[in-house]
Amino acid sequence: MQQTGLSPDFTFLERVEAAGPFHATECFQCRKCTNGCPASFAMDLFPDQVIRLALLGQKQEVLSSQTIWVCAACETCSTRCPNGVRIAELMDHLKEMAVKEGVPSPQPQVLALHQSFLENVRLTGRVFEGALLPVFLLRSGQMRSKIEKGTWRDEARLGWKLLRKKRLSLLPTVIKGRGEISAILRPSK
Amino acid sequence: MKVTYYPGCSLEGTARDYADSIHAVCSSFGIELEEVPDWNCCGATAAHSINHKAGVELPVRNLKLAATVANSEMLVPCPLCFNRLKTAVWQLGGESSSRFQAEVGSRAPRIWDLANYFAGEEMLRKMEAAVTKPLEKLKVVCYYGCMASRPPEITGAADHENPQSLDLIVKALGATPLAWPYKTDCCGASLMISRPDMGYRLVGKLYDMALRVGAEAVVVSCQMCQSNLDMYQDKIEAEMGRKFSLPIIYFTELIGLACGVPGAEGWLSRHFTDPLPLLRRTGIAY
Ligand code: SF4
Ligand code: SF4
Repeated sequence: MQQTGLSPDFTFLERVEAAGPFHATECFQCRKCTNGCPASFAMDLFPDQVIRLALLGQKQEVLSSQTIWVCAACETCSTRCPNGVRIAELMDHLKEMAVKEGVPSPQPQVLALHQSFLENVRLTGRVFEGALLPVFLLRSGQMRSKIEKGTWRDEARLGWKLLRKKRLSLLPTVIKGRGEISAILRPSK
Repeated sequence: MKVTYYPGCSLEGTARDYADSIHAVCSSFGIELEEVPDWNCCGATAAHSINHKAGVELPVRNLKLAATVANSEMLVPCPLCFNRLKTAVWQLGGESSSRFQAEVGSRAPRIWDLANYFAGEEMLRKMEAAVTKPLEKLKVVCYYGCMASRPPEITGAADHENPQSLDLIVKALGATPLAWPYKTDCCGASLMISRPDMGYRLVGKLYDMALRVGAEAVVVSCQMCQSNLDMYQDKIEAEMGRKFSLPIIYFTELIGLACGVPGAEGWLSRHFTDPLPLLRRTGIAY
């Protein structure tokens, strides 16, 4: 964690909790959330530290952290917290806030996958897996490096195998209520 | 008996093996599946991660559509869909709240995680009676993953740290479910695509423990867990410099095998890590 001197945003917690409640103020720093977190090895801030920094109004620290993006949304922390802090849901809210406020994700491929997925659903109402991976690879900029390194063959082989095993549709299913879905998922940024 | 059915997107695609086994097994037990008309994607991890509003509205549309079908129960095979639907109910304030009544109506079916439905007392008895080929020599671990259990106030899971549904089903079929500590540990879900290094590490840990307790296969009810543990197994083996050769089998496929439901070997042949050698060795398949 990088210390940048204290410049707390005192309204941050209030705004965050208004979207919840996530009960962050109930936290007594027991670290049970962190001890059971399967993704902590990839985090720069541990889950309990995210809560503590949010309480201290350290908005930039949490919004730009790796943690909110590498969280696997497994709900272990929220389930085990003795004080009912909804940590996993708070992580989601912080991701959404980061996107809205234009804080670049330090894990751009994680964001790109979520965006590709929702874009995919917006068009037809259901996920069309046949397009999800290629669009994600393009969107996250991985397609180019995969072509350069020749590792695109791994994905192609996987797709081909799925196709042969009749586990990949070639055409999307378009639902009748597609209009409703695109209204729900209208890009809001 | 008619029940409503919400398959979810992956059962139309990469989890068609699961879907086929569900249809065949349900029909062999006289359960008629009626699909939610014009259902849509539940939004999955993507929606709840970066678009909270859509993460509620997408499943709510499905709840509304499900309420138009005249059945009192709805089966949901995908634990992530199950979780999103249940979370939406919770966010509306629960079935009895005025908001839920206004938005969804009073005819919403009870939402069942498919494995929990099959682990009900009556179903277990029916299954035991239908077994024609007990899976006696098969030792497995049951892997539940996250979403059917957590958080328990939303999923209604009875024992969220040590769920039993799959263990009970496996036992009813004559196989041995081994005790292991990773029943509800995370497989990494969509991180397998966006952060494969994280996915490999989480799944590698599961393989290692499964083998340490003496399992020959992993039984699952989640198609996300299945694909994360099955499709990338050779890559994870290469990465870890170790052979695992662990078939990842849906509980419905096991029911099909034990109860002689036609098609079982066909579903299993669509997996990546071939379960047939194990099933032959244990006298289950020929
Ligand atoms: S488990 Fe709950 S109380 Fe304990 S540190 Fe985490 S958020 Fe705070
Ligand atoms: S939901 Fe995220 S922060 Fe909480 S335990 Fe799981 S991975 Fe860790």
